[in-house]
Order: sequence, then C-alpha cells, then structure tokens
Amino acid sequence: MVRSLTRTAGLIGRARREYAGQVEKAGTVGLWLLIGLLVVYGIVDARQYLVTGIIVGSIISLGALGITLIFGILKFAHFAHGDLMMFGAYVALGAFVGGGSIGPLSFGWGMIFAILVSMAALGAGSVLIDRVVYRPLRQRRSGTVVLAIASLGVAIVLRAIMLLWWGPDQQLYVAGIHPARDFPFDIKLKPDQIFIVATAFFLMALVYLLLFRTKMGKAMRAMSDNADLARVTGIDTDQVVMWTWIIGGALAAVAGVLLGIQSNLKADLGFTLLLPLFAGAILGGLGSPQGALVGAMIVGISQEVFVGIDLPFPPFGAPGYKPAVAFGILILILLVRPRGLFGKT
Amino acid sequence: MARDRLLTLLAVSIITVGIVGISANDSETFGGFISFLTVFVTTVAIFAVFALGLNVQWGYTGIFNFGVVAFFMVGAYTSALVTKAPSSSEFVRYVGGLDLAEGLGPLNLEGLTGFVLGALAAAVASGVVAFLIAIPALRLREDYLAIATIGIAEVLRRIAIEEEGLVNGTRGLTGIPRPLHDLVSPPDYKYIYFGIAIVVLVIIFVAIERAARSPWGRVLKAIREDELATAASGKNILAFRMQAFVLGAMIMGVGGAVYAANQGSIVPDTFSHFFGTFIIWAMLMVGGSGSNRGAILGAYVVWGFWTLTGLIQPHLPTALEARTSYIRDLLIGLLIVVVLLLRPHGLMGEERRVSLFAGQEDKQKEPLAGAPATGSAED
Amino acid sequence: MKVLEARDVVSGYGEVEILHGVSIAVDEGEIVTIIGPNGAGKSTLMKTIFGLLPLRKGQVFFAGEDVTGLAPQAMVGKGMCYVPQSDNIFPTLTIHENLEMGAFIRRDDYRGRMQEIYGLFPDLAERRGVRAGKLSGGQRQMLALARALMLEPRVLLLDEPSASLAPNMVELVFAKIQEINRSGVAMMMVEQNARHALALSHRGYVLAMGQNRLEGTGEGLLNSEEVGKLYLGG
Repeated sequence: MVRSLTRTAGLIGRARREYAGQVEKAGTVGLWLLIGLLVVYGIVDARQYLVTGIIVGSIISLGALGITLIFGILKFAHFAHGDLMMFGAYVALGAFVGGGSIGPLSFGWGMIFAILVSMAALGAGSVLIDRVVYRPLRQRRSGTVVLAIASLGVAIVLRAIMLLWWGPDQQLYVAGIHPARDFPFDIKLKPDQIFIVATAFFLMALVYLLLFRTKMGKAMRAMSDNADLARVTGIDTDQVVMWTWIIGGALAAVAGVLLGIQSNLKADLGFTLLLPLFAGAILGGLGSPQGALVGAMIVGISQEVFVGIDLPFPPFGAPGYKPAVAFGILILILLVRPRGLFGKT
Repeated sequence: MARDRLLTLLAVSIITVGIVGISANDSETFGGFISFLTVFVTTVAIFAVFALGLNVQWGYTGIFNFGVVAFFMVGAYTSALVTKAPSSSEFVRYVGGLDLAEGLGPLNLEGLTGFVLGALAAAVASGVVAFLIAIPALRLREDYLAIATIGIAEVLRRIAIEEEGLVNGTRGLTGIPRPLHDLVSPPDYKYIYFGIAIVVLVIIFVAIERAARSPWGRVLKAIREDELATAASGKNILAFRMQAFVLGAMIMGVGGAVYAANQGSIVPDTFSHFFGTFIIWAMLMVGGSGSNRGAILGAYVVWGFWTLTGLIQPHLPTALEARTSYIRDLLIGLLIVVVLLLRPHGLMGEERRVSLFAGQEDKQKEPLAGAPATGSAED
Repeated sequence: MKVLEARDVVSGYGEVEILHGVSIAVDEGEIVTIIGPNGAGKSTLMKTIFGLLPLRKGQVFFAGEDVTGLAPQAMVGKGMCYVPQSDNIFPTLTIHENLEMGAFIRRDDYRGRMQEIYGLFPDLAERRGVRAGKLSGGQRQMLALARALMLEPRVLLLDEPSASLAPNMVELVFAKIQEINRSGVAMMMVEQNARHALALSHRGYVLAMGQNRLEGTGEGLLNSEEVGKLYLGG
C-alpha cells in the first residue's frame, strides 16, 4: 500500500511537472484574481478589517523587506528575523523615556529617539552577529541549511536575552487606553496607527531611494542578481554585505517598535512572526523589494479580513488563526508560483 | 578522531558527574536519588526517540524538517485520544476516546495492549500527516521546506487550541492511561515506565540501523552521495525521500505517544517550537548529525546539560535563580551556534563526506554539518 | 613590455588538477588567443590568472608586478578586467546601471568615460534605460564588454566571447573586440571559435590536457597544418 501511495504522489508530481508552465500561468492569474477579490470584498464589506490589514501589512513589509534583501544578497533564510524585530522593540523600550505626546499620538519625541536608538543598535548588532556567526560559516562555504540552523541558534539567544532582561510578561510603551477616532466610510483609526503606516511607507520610500539612486544600493541589487559577477566587476562585496545587515537590522527594529505600538511587546512572539514575514517575502518573490511590499500587504490584509469573516469553520472567525492564513498563502504560492509574484525565473 | 573521542568523553563525564553528584547531594534519601536519575534517563530515552526520527529525515535523507514538534504533537494527542475513555464531563470535550487502554477486556494486559495500539495509532497518524505534507513540500528547496514545516507545526498547534471540541483546547487532555500502571504503587511506577521507554528506544534503534543496512537504506545512501547517478539508474528519488520522511515522522509519533503516557496529561503549550523542535535539532547537531548513536549521545548531552542547570538552580543566588530557565535557553542557543562554528560534525560526526546538502557548486569541497551519514555502517 | 604574464601555473578544482604548469604572456596592446580542445584548461587558466581559482604553483605578473594570488577585486584595481562567458551582466539593472557598476571602484568622475563607452557602443546608448535582462544575447555580450571597459583596463580577459551567439553577432562582437584593441587595450581571449579568433589575434597559444602545446603568431597558427588538423575543427 505504501508503494501505491508513493506512486500516486509520483504521478501527481509528474502531471504537475508536465503542465508546469500552464499551471503557473493559470495559477498566477488565479492569484491576482483572488487578491483583487479580497481587496474588493474588503472595500465593500469589511473596511475596518481591510484598514487593520493595511496597518499590519505595513509592519510586516518592513520585516519582509529585510528578509528579502538578506536572502537576495546573502542567499540564506534568516530565521532570526522575527526575534530580531522583537529585540528592536525591547531595545526601544529600554531607551524610551516616556511622557509627552506629539499631537494626537500617544507618545512624544521620546519614542522617536528610542526608535532611532534601536535602529542604530540593531544595525550595528546585526553586522556584529554576521561577523561572528554567519561570515565564518560563509567563508567555509557552508550550505544554506547550516546558515539557517545558525540563524535559529541566534534567534534562541536573542529570545533568551529578551526574557532574561525584561521578563516574559507583556509590556506596553504607553499604558492607558488610546481611543480610536472616526473616519469616513465607517472606519475607526487611532492616530498611532496612522503614524505606523506613515512611518512604514516613509522608510520604504527611503529604501527605494537607496536601492535605485545610490551607488551602494545599485551594488546591492547587482550582488542580489549575481554575487560572483559582482565580485568580478570589482564591487566591494564585504561592504555590500555590511550595508545589507545595517539596513535589515534597522528595518527590523522599526518593524518591532511599530508592532509594539500596534499591540504590545512580548518576547515569545518572535518565532511566530516568521510565518507572515516569510509568507510576504516569498509571495512577493524572494529578492524583490517591491515584491516584499506587495506580498506583505496582501498577507496582512488577508490575515485580518479572513479572520474577520464570520463563518463557522477555520480559519474564519478566530484571531488565533492569523498565522494559519499566512501559512495558507505560503503553501499556495509555493504550489502555484514558487518564485513569487515579482520573482525572477 | 581521537580528539572527537576525548571531547565526547569529557562532555559525557562532566554531565554525568554533575548530575549524579548534585542530585546525590540534594536528595534526602537514596530512594529519592535513584528516583531522580530514573526520571532523567527516561526523559533522555524519549528525546532520543525523537532525535532518531529526525536523523532518519535529516541524516539519511537530507530533509530539513523544522516542524518536528508537529509530529511529536500529533503522536501524543493521537495516542491519548485512542487510549482514553470518552469524556465523562461536559466541560472536557475531545474526539476519539476509544478507551483502548481498558476497553479490551481480557486482552488488556494492564493497559499494555492499549499502549501499544496507541503508539501504533500515533505512528500512523504522524505518518499520514507527513505524507500529506510531503506531496507538496518535498520538492521545495531546503529553506522553503524549513519555513513550510515551521508553518505546519504552528498551524496544527493553533488548531489544537482553537477547535475546542477536538482535543479540549488549551485545557488539554488529562488522565492519559499508563501501561502497567496498576502493577505497582504509584511512586514506583517510574521504574516500570523507564523500562518501557528503554524498550521502545532499543526497538526503534535496532529497526532503523537495520533499515540503513538494507537495500532500501543503500539506495538512500546512493541518493545522498550522487543523486543524479541514482536517478539515472531508474530509482524514483522522490519516492525514497518520501518514505524516509514518513518513517521519521512515524518514529516521532511513537515518541509522542511515549511522552504522553509518561506525562499523564498534555496541553498545546507543551508543544512549543523550542521544546519540540529546536532542542531536538540541538541534540542531533551536538551528538553528530547523521549518526544514530550520535542522536542518542546528543540527547543525553543536551538533556543532561538542561537537567544539570536545573539542579544548579537552587544553589544559585536568588537573583539568578528566577531566570535560570532563560539562561538555559540562552546556553542552548549558544551551543548550537558554537557547535556549528567549531565542531560541525558534532561529537560523533563522520569524516569528510561528499554531500549534496552542503550546498556548494563544487562537490569536492569539504562538507560540513549536515554531511549526512548513517550509523556505523559507513565506516 | 609584457603587460600580463603567467609562469608555470598549476591549478584545478578541488582534488582534480587541470593545469600542470602553463605559461603564457601578453604584450602591451596585443590580442592573444588561447585555443585547444574541450577540457584543455583554457577557462581554468583565465580564472586562475584573475584570482577566481587558487593557484597551486606558479606566478602571475601584471606589468612586471607580482600579482600571484590576488583576489579578483584587487586585480580589477590593478587594471585587469574579466568578462565571464555566461551570466556576465546584471539582469535586473539597466544598461546604464550595469556600466555604473563597472565603474564601482573608481573614485573620480567617470561620466566622461561613460560617454566614450556609449560612443563605442551606440546600440547600448540608445537603450540605456532598458533592463539588461531584456537584451538579446549579442547585446548582452556587448554590454559585458562595455562594462569591463569602464575602468580603462590595460588588459581585458575574455572568456569565449562568441559562445552561443548567432553568426552575424559573432562578426559584430569580434569587430568590436578589434576596435577596442585599437584603442590600446591588450586582450587575452579564450575561444572555441578558433579560426575567427586567431584571424584577428597577434599571437596565440594552443593548450591541450593542461599543458602548452604550441605557440605562434595568429596567422602562423591559423595556417599551420598541425593546428588545422587537430584543433581548428570547431
């Protein structure tokens, strides 16, 4: 019986391979249709969820951008990224001198300062971790698997440090209830949430400028295309790697802080975050920055809208299933179009 | 090789001496001391089963399964649901409840039959889950497979939590039947279970060592060493990988069953990524990724290390004491990184081996952690 | 003066030794072509000289200076540029950006040089905003050459520049190579298209089984019966 089962699986596989081209085309069209449907449904009947999805999507996109850059340039899946984000949130917590508020926001300039401190700390810290852990492994020509396991070890260490220093309980930047305000089309938003989306888009614009208007950014894209050719061309690949970690770390820091503002800080969340982060990055196409943005948005919106739909079977209705939605998207894209929406062949 | 042996000896000695020494010091009675050690070894045996299952997937076949806890969990819950009687209270809701532990009349053997049936059911359930995952996932490149398996573990755990009627949600299942429970007084039961765990471990160890030397195992070895040539000679690579993946999952399922009966109760929170996946990878890395004996050794060293820090905890100044478990986590993480950097073969690692899974273009370069091999058949 | 010289080079991949002591030299402003059967070690030689492969024995000199074992990035800094056989452009970058990357290590204003290059490659100038991945095989090869010229190298290493190109493109590429050479750039070329390559080379080497076999002027080798029989078949 085992034999016939594996034979069936083999047949399915063979069929898929033969029709791979058509499957991918049809699947891609289907995907875009689904995405369109989702957005339309959101606008028509689930606006609040759509808006929350955009907020969450913005946060995810900062993390996914880091992951896609690291994957594109260093060719490995950085499994410590979720915990890195949380670490950034906590560092900001440590640097946050509360009090005051900027306009309608719940926090004052102290938060901006804390974010900058966290960005700097994580940017530098990531470069340090790379020098100590990943670079020696790369120099030994270790495979992707070894690097991934190493990043797992780093994730565990980061999480342990967070728990040691700040403890396992939930934390908030600013306590108290921050009321949402009414907006047209039956949408309620907190000013903080507008800050989140604005900050995320601002940073993404900065990264875009970096990647497309500066020499280092172009070198990063070049190395992502073909690291060997980059070396041959004379590009300083060590420098490119360093900047990749600085940017990836800084973006993760902001993403973590924004997540902390949106909900709360909890050291345990790191690993669970990997699912939406990778789902977004893979959906968009690993290595493509614009893909990371689009993919992350879709994941964020899907998570919120799906859970918001009131149907009695999973994953609808229960917030606990949000990572399941991200996972579903991940599996779907891997089955239908593994290179992602904007990925190169 | 000599240095490997020395390191192994050193690690094992430090841990053994530490554990024996401190527990002897702390125990009030000799009985308590022996009791503690028995529980320790039982847990090592259970983890060793998981590590062996992972070795079949990783060491034999090079499959990067980061959702070990998924199969662990499926096995644990399945055996619990199958051996327990149906729920007697409306506040405790779960499916199954086949009462195999006590419902078989004269075949009961004090719950032993039920236990064995439960373990088999666990193996089948885990195997089925593995099969379903394998169809889409085994084609994926390693890092995609890793994230996919993380996802599966996460989703399964969510389902366990969210679907109240399935496995009683976050409250979990209690009163899991234990084989041969009524033969002795409760405090002495741990010695019986120790025996059961060891028997299970030995059976599995012997079985997979045999499998490695069998024609099937030889094909797996050939796939590891030269996938293209093996495919060219007509072997269906995917089928073999699938079989190994399912086999490894089934072993993990059995481990879950043994774990569940040992604990007596399980909750979704038990099945965390750290506890159910990372620690087992750490065991495999430390012990020697690719070798079955290494898997068992790794389980001993890593769990011994964990237990040792637990023993030291009461002796620490109060400030540190509260945070000991986090220090443990930290050290496990550091352990993984350090092993990868300094001793990629682990303690019992194999020598250079041409490997597809080391991931370079030039196959003749030195492969590192993840250079898979099986037991002693390779020497 | 010999601008590039390799003496008794021994190298290979992993445990396999491909070159068993090969020596070649390129003079200032020369085109030197290396031909030989498949597996002779032609590409290996080029990669070893450029620092992409570790050199086990032997030496490499650039303009008299010992550059044995230097990494590719350092070689580029000295004035030697390399055009790989395939995957030799950055597909998601535009033509203009590809050229910019060619000039990465330059600290000065290279825009003048870029204009010169666009002058040499009018086809590329027309499409400078186009992503390199959308170019045809021949256009990519031109871009790869152009990119390597951004640093005004003294020596250009070309690995099978005509590989997988349509015959008319082969003509154009070889014509371009001559044009570049006339501006003073020395070239070392590895080619399967031996006839064509030797026709425009000043000198050539024949390699077989990782060793020097023959050496001579381009024309001499082209007309040599021995070479014709054994090596000019393809």
